[in-house]
Amino acid sequence: MTDMIALAGVHYSYPDTETEVLRGIDLTVDAGQVVGVVGASGVGKTTLAKVISGFIPHSEGGELSGGVEVDGIQVPTSTLADVVSRVGLVTQNPFNQISGAKFTVREEIAFGLENLGVPRDEMIERVADVVELLGIEELVDRSPYALSGGQQQLVAIASMMVMAPRVLVMDEPTSQLDPSGSRLVFDIMESLASKGTAVIVFEHKLELLRETAEVLHVLADGVIAATGTPREVLSDARTDEWGVGATRFTRAARRAVEQGLLPKKTELPVSLPDAVEVFRR
Amino acid sequence: MTMDIVVTDLVFTYPSGVTALDGVTITIPAGERLAIVGQNGAGKTTLVRHFNGIFQPTKGTVEIGDWDTKGRDIAALATRVGYVFQNPDEQLFARNIRDEIAFGPKNLGVPKDEIPDRVARSLQRAGLVGLEDTHPYHLSLSERKRVALASVLAMETPIVVLDEPTTGQDARGVALIGDVVAELHTEGRTVVAITHDMDFCAENFDRVLVMADGKVIADGDPEHAFARLDALAEAHVEPPQLERLRTELGWKQPVSTIEEFVAQLKKNK
Repeated sequence: MTDMIALAGVHYSYPDTETEVLRGIDLTVDAGQVVGVVGASGVGKTTLAKVISGFIPHSEGGELSGGVEVDGIQVPTSTLADVVSRVGLVTQNPFNQISGAKFTVREEIAFGLENLGVPRDEMIERVADVVELLGIEELVDRSPYALSGGQQQLVAIASMMVMAPRVLVMDEPTSQLDPSGSRLVFDIMESLASKGTAVIVFEHKLELLRETAEVLHVLADGVIAATGTPREVLSDARTDEWGVGATRFTRAARRAVEQGLLPKKTELPVSLPDAVEVFRR
Repeated sequence: MTMDIVVTDLVFTYPSGVTALDGVTITIPAGERLAIVGQNGAGKTTLVRHFNGIFQPTKGTVEIGDWDTKGRDIAALATRVGYVFQNPDEQLFARNIRDEIAFGPKNLGVPKDEIPDRVARSLQRAGLVGLEDTHPYHLSLSERKRVALASVLAMETPIVVLDEPTTGQDARGVALIGDVVAELHTEGRTVVAITHDMDFCAENFDRVLVMADGKVIADGDPEHAFARLDALAEAHVEPPQLERLRTELGWKQPVSTIEEFVAQLKKNK
């Protein structure tokens, strides 16, 4: 087991502010692992994503302390070029991620490889591979700006995947996508992890996290409030307090326990297969 | 006059030649809560953008109350139809939230002394109290979405269109938007929402329209629409969680809410 992401006692506040957004974060992600982070809006999820991917402190500045190690290098003291060659970040607003330098989706996806000086033949092949994987063949000749939010999000994911980073940071990567698009993105994360990529995903879609993440952390008020398997964390009685919510499977089972329709010590379900098992008994 | 929305044989073709709506006929009675579901690219946004005149029909008609939208400009239609964009950044422009929210009613000619009240009410409803003086740029995407919502609520139009209101919202945000839909309904206003969140849809709407390839392929109350598994598969829509569960459990009766689910569980025991 190799830690690809290792955060130790990370504190952070934005420039010209006193308030700490992150107040002592310890967290690791191994190669081949999908780790999820849930939490209410405004608790520091996007900030944490930027810390791991080096945008903090390299682009945004601020007061950062503690250890941020990614793929063997210390992010704050390495060059941004070293960091971005290892870590890919997909942000929640795909529109902000479009380079603005390219006229077609194909060129947009190739932009990062082009900057690295990857040979043309290899570039064409790698772009074609991610385009096929994400099923966006019909978008490649269009302008990145003439796309729907969901389509832009897929293009942003493709642009990051084509770089084949060893560490993937996904900040609400499915916020604009329909259910089948969301599922596809989670399937891709799983398949990249099976080939050794370390994936950390910040998401509100609990059912998909239950199916895909190996470990789930709850971020509340700048600290990790809970850690466990997705089933343990998402069936916790405090999920509403954390602003994470619960699936209808969990809520229905909890109500059934309260009304004596299920035994008191029932392990609450989070996903459909969990629920079928619980309610069939 | 009742503010029904009547869409007849609507066809819309983009200048590029892509047909986004291929013969849509629906009536949305005033006061209804209608959810439109379907894959990205099914034509959902194109359809609702006909309600406030952003798009004009290529063929067919769209009527809002006694107005045909043909030839009517967006400003006129804005008195009847409030439209909350999916991407708030297409909508927000003012330097602080108070001005942003006051802009709509001001433009509608609402008397000056009524505006602070409207702004306060909308802030309250959208869960933004305390952020009045903030620049929209300093807010998170989920907060900016709620500013966009508040600025449309302040216009107090008889029809409110919400384009994917729950995307990027956390559990509290989704619950808050559910409350807004319920309040608008109590006031007798029509709510049309595009959503990918089928659980939100089942719990907050009277009627569900399933769209695929520019056509309406299923239409009914949530229980019936979500039982149309053929149409849902064609539209790549996954039924709500409790519907999927009761189907797996082999129950005959559809369920929309936790209460209904638990009641059936009791009966089946």
